[in-house]
Amino acid sequence: MNSIRLYEKYLLIHLKSMMQHKASFLLTTIGQFLISFNIFLGVRFMMDRFKEVKGFSYGEVLLCFSITLMAYTIAETIFRSLDTFETIIGNGEFDRILLRPRGSLFLVLCSKIELTRIGRLLQAAVMLAYGLNFSSITWNPVRIVTVVLMITGGVAVFAAIYLIFASICFFTLEGLEFMNVFTDGAREYGKYPIGIYGKTLLTICTYLVPFALFQYYPFLYLTGKTPDPRYSLLPLAACLFLVPAGLLWNFGLSHYQSTGS
Amino acid sequence: MKKYLSFFRIRFIHGLQYRAAALSGMVTQFVWGIMEILLFRAFYEAAPESFPMEFQALSTYIWLQQAFLALYMTWFWEPELFHSITTGNVAYELCRPVRLYHMWFTRSLAVRLSKAVLRCMPILLFAWLLPAPHGLTLPGTIHTWFFTLLSMTLGLLFVVAFGMVVYMSVFYTISSQGIKLIVTSLSEFLSGAVIPLPFLPDGIREFVNFLPFASAQNVPFRIFGGDLKGYNMYASLLGQVFWLAVFLVMGQIMERGALKRLVIQGG
Repeated sequence: MNSIRLYEKYLLIHLKSMMQHKASFLLTTIGQFLISFNIFLGVRFMMDRFKEVKGFSYGEVLLCFSITLMAYTIAETIFRSLDTFETIIGNGEFDRILLRPRGSLFLVLCSKIELTRIGRLLQAAVMLAYGLNFSSITWNPVRIVTVVLMITGGVAVFAAIYLIFASICFFTLEGLEFMNVFTDGAREYGKYPIGIYGKTLLTICTYLVPFALFQYYPFLYLTGKTPDPRYSLLPLAACLFLVPAGLLWNFGLSHYQSTGS
Repeated sequence: MKKYLSFFRIRFIHGLQYRAAALSGMVTQFVWGIMEILLFRAFYEAAPESFPMEFQALSTYIWLQQAFLALYMTWFWEPELFHSITTGNVAYELCRPVRLYHMWFTRSLAVRLSKAVLRCMPILLFAWLLPAPHGLTLPGTIHTWFFTLLSMTLGLLFVVAFGMVVYMSVFYTISSQGIKLIVTSLSEFLSGAVIPLPFLPDGIREFVNFLPFASAQNVPFRIFGGDLKGYNMYASLLGQVFWLAVFLVMGQIMERGALKRLVIQGG
């Protein structure tokens, strides 16, 4: 309970500092919106031309896109500090964090909350509303819960990837650019249901990095391509990805020697 | 001329030093290329008759795009240049016996080329080894090679000239953030970086083809893949020359205007 109140305080501080530069905040927000709007236009024009892809209609693709975008954006807002962890290690801020009487991971998360992502979040919300309406899905409570689970599972998977990225920084002291493949790549290509990319990729995204567990399989149930409601529980399995990521973090933390700055 | 050449060499060699970054970027580019091709293959299987170009021309387009990303990315800016304008450090540059426009033009060119040189070969080789419709297909005639090279050069010069206009505009507006955002997102889409221009819906495609951004990667990559040939190719090449000239002139006029009224506040 105490941590939540502390997090709220941090959130308020970030909000206040952001509002010191209103114009800059507004511009960054618009920028975030425009960049993902490009991706949306790409999807729109492709679906205009081809009508459907591997049995998925425009409305369904849009729903899938918005769910992935929503999960990604929420994760990026909360876990942005892990994505830029090399700067926290590099400038010695992490050493200071270690001195404080709280969990180090918690304090790292508090150190940066990326509120400018609100532009993208807004877009995801609008698209989700549109997708929910026009995807010809007959909604029932189970399906609504499925959507919520998909977003939750997505946030968990992205959080785990950020955590792995940050843990690697303990050893390399700098970020590895190719990790973007898993975050930006998932946002970029998660706009379509992962199954359309073929069997090999689906296998990788099921067993290695569980993108398909929160995106593709529950989506099959959502769109009625499979009658099996067990598919909607798979995002919970995706959350298990946090376990190895957390272990890696602890392992890295125990081997951390200060950068000396 | 000689001073610009040596300046080019300095920047070029400077850029070549970042090998680890290049390697990391290459891995990303490989994955991106593969994903992009898998995605378009899914659409191709859904409705091959709606596909506006040959599949292998598309694969070629995608691999060239990945290999030469550094040459044609319109979202790449050198923060130092923006910074030197807003802080007034540009005064030091003005003390030198060179023209600001030419020096920055050379610099941008060198930075892009050095980034591309490190990355392009492994990607091209890998793409060339991939099985038939998914890999890079080399054109048969020397004619196509020639026009691709010509068009690539024109496209690159255009991207740099376009960037120069944006840099120069900061002299007038001081804050670069807003312009950067709008220009970046617009030019990304309109140059065919998000989806190749032939995939746009009919009315919109014709309109976009007239805009300057179609003169960047769109033309050379499609010539190389054999999608753009004959009359259309010559027209596109002319378009490239036209837009290059327009942006070169525009940038230099803006430079003159900016330097005439430039006040450096000392400090």
